[in-house]
Amino acid sequence: MKSGEATATADRDEAGLIARILAGEKELFHELIRPYERMVYVTVFAIVRNETDAEDSAQDAMVNAYRHLGKFRGESKFSTWLATIAMNEGRQKLRKLKRAKEDSLDEPVQGEEQEIAPAPLRDWREIPLEALERKELREALRSAVAELPGIYRQIFTLRDLDGLKVAETAAALGINENMVKVRLHRARMMLQKRLVPFLKTTAPARKGFWGRMPWS
Amino acid sequence: MELNCKHVWAHISDYIDDSVAPELRADIERHLEHCEICSAILDSTRNILVLTGDDRTFELPVGYSERLHERLARELANEANAPTKS
Repeated sequence: MKSGEATATADRDEAGLIARILAGEKELFHELIRPYERMVYVTVFAIVRNETDAEDSAQDAMVNAYRHLGKFRGESKFSTWLATIAMNEGRQKLRKLKRAKEDSLDEPVQGEEQEIAPAPLRDWREIPLEALERKELREALRSAVAELPGIYRQIFTLRDLDGLKVAETAAALGINENMVKVRLHRARMMLQKRLVPFLKTTAPARKGFWGRMPWS
Repeated sequence: MELNCKHVWAHISDYIDDSVAPELRADIERHLEHCEICSAILDSTRNILVLTGDDRTFELPVGYSERLHERLARELANEANAPTKS
């Protein structure tokens, strides 16, 4: 999933495209952003958490990127710059919607230093992608992500849904790389814990197996 | 080094991202060979990442792309907003 963005843009000379847009070939902006339509939507969706507001914010983010394209310096990748704009747009929308008070995107949540133990399960090696045909699984995945505390949700979205590298995620959020890794780990463990009940185990239950769990 | 389960869990995320030191990686793999609990936790975490990253999980609204480009077309038509090298 992380290679998708790389392959979509590998053959593109984005710096060249941007220079031409700034020189007056404005229509090329459509082409420039095409590989990132999904990334921008998913990024803002993770913040505002509903389709209508996410679509509005995604459009606003793209418009903002266009208006400020002259400020893009090429020090970061265009995708990282765009993800940062999307994130800011999402936050702004959320403030307008006044939902921020219940779930801060910046404040560490209590117990951040505590370890999260993953959920035990018997076996789940054979989860085919066809499992996604199950509507309830897709729903469970979406709400599990949506219900992550804000700081973890943003990191998970940038890193695992948008495919940004650790360094790029750190740059987009203005935190250090180690913090990204720590929070990403917690986000993934929270999802694992939350989603295990939805997983169909494939191995037959064996007597006494649960009794051997290290935490029991 | 002999790792226990909790030690392995602490590194699952870095292990998946292939960002653990080679020695630690070898220790984790030795543990995974005989620990089916940790193996299942690792596999389930990996699978969750594959599933959440699948396009079908977070579907784009129908017509999203068309509406986006229509909005951009209106924006691009407005000379006053044209970006310039600053």
